Amino acid sequence: MNYRILYFAALRDAAGCDSEQVAIDTTDARQLYAELRERHGFAFAPAHLRVAVNGEFARWDRVLNDGDEVAFLPPVSGG
Amino acid sequence: MKVFFLSESPIDAAVLARDLAHTGAGACVTFEGRVRDRNAGRAVCGLAYQAYAALAEAEGARIVAEAMQQFPIVDVRCIHRVGALEIGDLAVWVGVSAAHRDAAFAACRYLIDEIKQRVPIWKKESYVDGESGWLHPDNSPVQSEVGG
Repeated sequence: MNYRILYFAALRDAAGCDSEQVAIDTTDARQLYAELRERHGFAFAPAHLRVAVNGEFARWDRVLNDGDEVAFLPPVSGG
Repeated sequence: MKVFFLSESPIDAAVLARDLAHTGAGACVTFEGRVRDRNAGRAVCGLAYQAYAALAEAEGARIVAEAMQQFPIVDVRCIHRVGALEIGDLAVWVGVSAAHRDAAFAACRYLIDEIKQRVPIWKKESYVDGESGWLHPDNSPVQSEVGG
């Protein structure tokens, strides 16, 4: 499966890029995050993040489709 | 009409407030959020906002729709800055017009509270001592879902 991953805030700094293409053999958002966390050393546990798929909030148990755009969102701090 | 915006340039509150004027609106309440020179005991010299723009505008529009449904109000405008800001700069502006003041105050409060909690925008503070960092409030678990 190929996904486009978007990074924001502390995750963007840790990844060193605002987005990347990732090829991984899973359709599970948790497994995808675990792989990315290991690769980039992200500090956030999944419980601290929200998931967005193709520009909309999604659940962690969302089944991903090839080509999806996925973002893992740290706690927000606007305003 | 677009009622929730992100802006890379300074906010012109006067223009936004004019859009809220309607003949049936006897009340207009606005909220201005500005960059403070201190946070959590540290001297701040500036900050930068980063947004997931597509999702921020979609979630912002949802929050405005909720306010329009929950309160007897006439019109709403919300705008949030992205990019680098200095002390005193306007970071977020919320304006609500309504027939009467109670609904305008209540809706304005609802809007700014929900924007701060839900819209994917992140603040990176730069401190006078040279350090900087992203604010990820309280670092406690967040909801992993909204409306399925």
